[in-house]
Amino acid sequence: MANTYTLIEAQTLASSAASVTFSAIPATYTDLVLRVSVRRDASGRQDLRLAVNGSTSDGSNTWLQGSGAAATSGTSTAQYVRINNIVPSTAETASTFGSAEFYLPSYLASANKPISGFGVGENNATTAYIGAVASLYSQTTAISSLVLSLATGSFDIGSSFYLYGIKNS
Amino acid sequence: MAAGATYEPIATTTLSSAAASITFSSIPATYTDLRLVLTATSSTAGADVQIQFNGTTTAYSHTYMYGSGSAAASGQVTGATYIYLDYLVGLSTTIPSLYEVDIFSYAGSTFKTLLNRTAEDRNGSGEVLASVGLWRNTAAITSIYLFLSAYNFATGTIATLYGIKAA
Repeated sequence: MANTYTLIEAQTLASSAASVTFSAIPATYTDLVLRVSVRRDASGRQDLRLAVNGSTSDGSNTWLQGSGAAATSGTSTAQYVRINNIVPSTAETASTFGSAEFYLPSYLASANKPISGFGVGENNATTAYIGAVASLYSQTTAISSLVLSLATGSFDIGSSFYLYGIKNS
Repeated sequence: MAAGATYEPIATTTLSSAAASITFSSIPATYTDLRLVLTATSSTAGADVQIQFNGTTTAYSHTYMYGSGSAAASGQVTGATYIYLDYLVGLSTTIPSLYEVDIFSYAGSTFKTLLNRTAEDRNGSGEVLASVGLWRNTAAITSIYLFLSAYNFATGTIATLYGIKAA
C-alpha cells in the first residue's frame, strides 16, 4: 500500500519574512498537515496566525492555553485561525523556536472546515505558553492556499514551515 | 530507518446514510501505532463521541483537559465502559467536529493508551479538548468501535484508520 503522508512543500527562511505562503495547494489529497518551527526577529512574544485562502475574517477559534502558571480559555471570531503566544521573540531565550501543528481535514470539501491546532513556545524561562485550539474556517470553498504570519513583526531566520498532504485511500 | 511506507490508510468509512456507530474490524497487527481521524456531524445536536476496543465494555479510564471558551478545566473518569472523546459540546448537525486519536503499541501485550485531540469550534462558542485514555487490557487491538451517547452519526461523516510503522 502506498505511503500517503507526503511532503507538498518545505520552506526555511534565509532572511526574515513577515509572512510565509503555501499557494496552489494541489487538490489531490484528503487532509493537510502544517508543521512549523517559528521565532520572531524582534522583541515581543507573538500569536501564530493562519489565513486560510488568504482570509483574515472567516476564521474562528476556541482556545485553551497554559502559561506555566495558569490555564485559560477563550473564543475569537471573524479573524485568523490562531494559536496564542507560542512564537518566542528576541526577548526570550536565544535559539528557542515555537513549534506548532495544524490539521486540516477534508480541505476540498464544500462545507465549513474544522481545524485543529496545537503549539508550544517553551524557552526555559518563567513564562512560556502551550496552546490548543479548535478552529473553524467558515467557507465552503476548497482550501488552496495557507498564509502564516504574526500579529506584529516578522519570522526570524531559520524559521521553517512544512506542508504535508494525506490521502485516506 | 527501513525504506517504505510508514503511514498508511487501513480503512475509510464515509457514511452515505446516518448510522449509530462506525466499526473498524480485522485490524492487521503489522503496524506499530494506529491513528484514527474522525470528522463527524450528527443527526441531532449534542451527542458525544465514544470509543471502545475489541467489543469490550470494561477497564477504561481517561484524563482530560478542555477549554470551553470561558473556562479551562481538567478531570478524569475511571472504571468506565468506554472512553469519551467529547466532554462539553458534542456534535453539531451542520459543523463538523474533528477528532485525532493516536493509539500506541496497539498490537503489544501491555495495557493500551490513546491520545486524543478534539476540535469543536462553533464560531463564537465551542470546545477544545485533549485527553489521554487507558484500556487496561493486554490483548492486541483488533477492532475499534465508535459510537454516540445518543442519536446517529450523520451522512457525510468520515472516519479513517491509519497504520504507522516505526521502521
